[in-house]
Amino acid sequence: MVPKKDVLLEVKDLRIEGYSDEQWIEIVHGVDLTLHKGEVLGLIGESGAGKSTIGLAAMGFARDGCRISGGSIEFDGMELTTTPEGDLRALRGSRIAYVAQSAAASFNPAHRIIDQHTEAPIQYRIQKRVEAQEDAMELYHRLRLPNPDEIGFRYPHQVSGGQLQRAMTAMAMACRPDLIIFDEPTTALDVTTQIEVLAAIRDIVDQFNTAAIYITHDLAVVAQMADTIKVLLKGEEVEEAPTEQMLDAPSEDYTKSLWAVRSFKRPQKERPTEAGSIPIVSVKNVDAAYGKIKVLDDVSFDIYPGMTVAVVGESGSGKSTTARCITGLLPPTKGEIQFNGESLPPRYQDRTKDQLRQAQMIYQMADTALNPKIKISEIIGRPAQFYRGVRGAELKNRVDELLDLIELDPAKFYNRYPPELSGGQKQRVGIARALAADPSFIICDEVTSALDQLVAEGILKLLDKLQEDFNLAYMFITHDLATVRSIADEVVVMQRGKVVEQGAKDEMFTPPHHPYTDLLLSSVPEMDPNWLTTLLEERGTDSIGEAANV
Amino acid sequence: MGDILQLVLKRLGLGVVTLLVISILIFFAVELLPGDIAQAVLGQAATPETVAALREKMGLDQPAILRYFQWLGGALTGDFGVSLISGERVSEAISGRFINTLFLATYAAVIAVPISIILGVIVALLRNTLFDRVANVVTLTSISSPEFFLGYILILYLAVKTNYFPAIASLSTDMSFGELLHRTFLPALTLVLVVTAHMMRMTRAAIINLLASPYIEMARLKGVPPWKVIVKHALPNAWAPIINVVALNLAYLITGVVLVEVVFVYPGVGQLLVDAVSKRDFPIVQACCLIFAATFILLNLAADVGSILTNPRLRHPK
Repeated sequence: MVPKKDVLLEVKDLRIEGYSDEQWIEIVHGVDLTLHKGEVLGLIGESGAGKSTIGLAAMGFARDGCRISGGSIEFDGMELTTTPEGDLRALRGSRIAYVAQSAAASFNPAHRIIDQHTEAPIQYRIQKRVEAQEDAMELYHRLRLPNPDEIGFRYPHQVSGGQLQRAMTAMAMACRPDLIIFDEPTTALDVTTQIEVLAAIRDIVDQFNTAAIYITHDLAVVAQMADTIKVLLKGEEVEEAPTEQMLDAPSEDYTKSLWAVRSFKRPQKERPTEAGSIPIVSVKNVDAAYGKIKVLDDVSFDIYPGMTVAVVGESGSGKSTTARCITGLLPPTKGEIQFNGESLPPRYQDRTKDQLRQAQMIYQMADTALNPKIKISEIIGRPAQFYRGVRGAELKNRVDELLDLIELDPAKFYNRYPPELSGGQKQRVGIARALAADPSFIICDEVTSALDQLVAEGILKLLDKLQEDFNLAYMFITHDLATVRSIADEVVVMQRGKVVEQGAKDEMFTPPHHPYTDLLLSSVPEMDPNWLTTLLEERGTDSIGEAANV
Repeated sequence: MGDILQLVLKRLGLGVVTLLVISILIFFAVELLPGDIAQAVLGQAATPETVAALREKMGLDQPAILRYFQWLGGALTGDFGVSLISGERVSEAISGRFINTLFLATYAAVIAVPISIILGVIVALLRNTLFDRVANVVTLTSISSPEFFLGYILILYLAVKTNYFPAIASLSTDMSFGELLHRTFLPALTLVLVVTAHMMRMTRAAIINLLASPYIEMARLKGVPPWKVIVKHALPNAWAPIINVVALNLAYLITGVVLVEVVFVYPGVGQLLVDAVSKRDFPIVQACCLIFAATFILLNLAADVGSILTNPRLRHPK
């Protein structure tokens, strides 16, 4: 039993309400939480589990439209639920700090990074400006940021995402708080960048013996960071246990299902071998540019009917640009796109309706890809009407049929609007919209990355089933190698606009790899709590920065 | 910095083109007006011979295209021709009055712009409180009332009943600056009341629009006090829309003040324009319209440049 005096934060029966449809609805239903000095607690769960809300409540903060409605939050002997707002404010930034999910959005674009860093220490009169700046540079050093003496004097848009995330961690450390809330700090980053940030966070939390609440939906990540893991579901605790025990022997069914979610895997299909079989889509020596900046350099690959080709790479590697070239949104500056052996006009405006119909897209953000003011039946019905000329009763039957295909009950969903649907349901509607055109080829642009793991798995299974039923070819753009492992037949690895390696999936996952593929593969977090430590030792701690720049 | 210069030059070039198009519109719109100018000047009693003689003297017998280029060429050197009524040079008739209009506009702007922005910041800070609502109702009432009505109300309460300020803003050359400010206070105040609401509400909306941004939440979670969240974290990112609405209102202060000038008998361009239209003094109408158009274009250009300069991404390229 840890002595009571070491307890830093004690939350009891925390209840939080959210305001929607003109009434207060409870969204966190009595959660308990105890955190000792220097301890790292992982909060894990799907979206809507209340992780962020609970994390913010630990700072005595509720977002607009939320309120803490019951329970107690005791921070170092102080009851936060009854503390006046002014005293709470004095706590924030000085004794409890926050690191947000997207550093790019959470740094103010109008001020230099170091001025945002020194704001709290100057305000709390802990340091004068010059001292605070020197301290900031010292922290940038410790977090292994490049050019630590100079980087703070840049504006946020002049610094990369991974560096900003480390700068934000440095900012949270500015007043040497007792507790830091990390709210999905690496979710928006590429796997290779994620490692640097994880290592930096873990080091600095160790060095200053800071307690932390680490919020994430990624089990493998939390396994590297936390001493204890708490699993949440819909605002309630499922279970809590020390990390090792939680990973080895989860006791609740829900936790087990989370652990098992990556089990979906279908056998790899081979390219047709008979003579005369041609790829449905063939990208041939394509170059493309945005203005004067060249973004694709001699990209070539083939996609055969009924097969899934995964295109992987970090952000900025040219994955989505390749998709834009194939669909004709961005005409290539060199090379061509072939469809069933025939050359396609580079601009979509010059393609025939039938050429357009054959290739459809499903987007990453179903939220923004569906017009919120248009009924589901119309969203799905329009392409059927436009490409196939289906009308009247026949159109209604077609929409019903499509809704059946995506496993949404037509009677329930026909007349509903996108905002009434969950994230997974919206993505299903996106799939139905693509199917409505009767395509033979679909580009799936990061279709599961905005979804929770269980929901994402459902979408992958659905895509797989549809592929079987309609002999669809998929180009699957993703940065998530677990997804690649589960559904791809072939893999194309891209880096800075070039294809660095391509081949059948099983080959790609077996060494030897191209060094960049190797870097990508080894950077995917594993469930083993010692994975990060081992990996850093293998790579040599000082080379992390360089490794990502290979 | 080279990028910004290029952007500004591009905007400037577009402005010149726009002005050219407007000059064509102005010239030929006047051409299209029904009736003969020479006939109108001479009145119904004129004989056909005198009308023809005047037409020739005014150059009206030449093709319109030719006259347009003559007029444009003159305008570029500041020569807008001669008034048909008084025979005075148009540039001389306008210049003094345009300075008066600019003075009144500046007077009103110097009061209205800081007040609206400060009020906008305050109501954004105190949003959905009583103060916010009262400020909104008061400014909306003033913007919704016709300006001549506002002008007469001010005259009634601040001039006629109390005698604080003169009801008529007559100017003379030997007044001191203080005297000038005193005499023109009521028209300036009327204009302030008319433009404040628009700018204040835009400032409020631009700031509140940003309050849901993650970096605002971050500032609050760093313990930054509410007023500083607004002034230091929201306002610097809200300048672009604010600058644009300010420019729009400044343009209005110069080009839309006809009624106020009439109410206060203030010798500005607006009055001159109204007189010229009623007397068919076309050179003056054309010159006034061109100056107004140039004012609009110049202020919008200034707003564009201002928005660009407040954008850190453009000011500090990668």
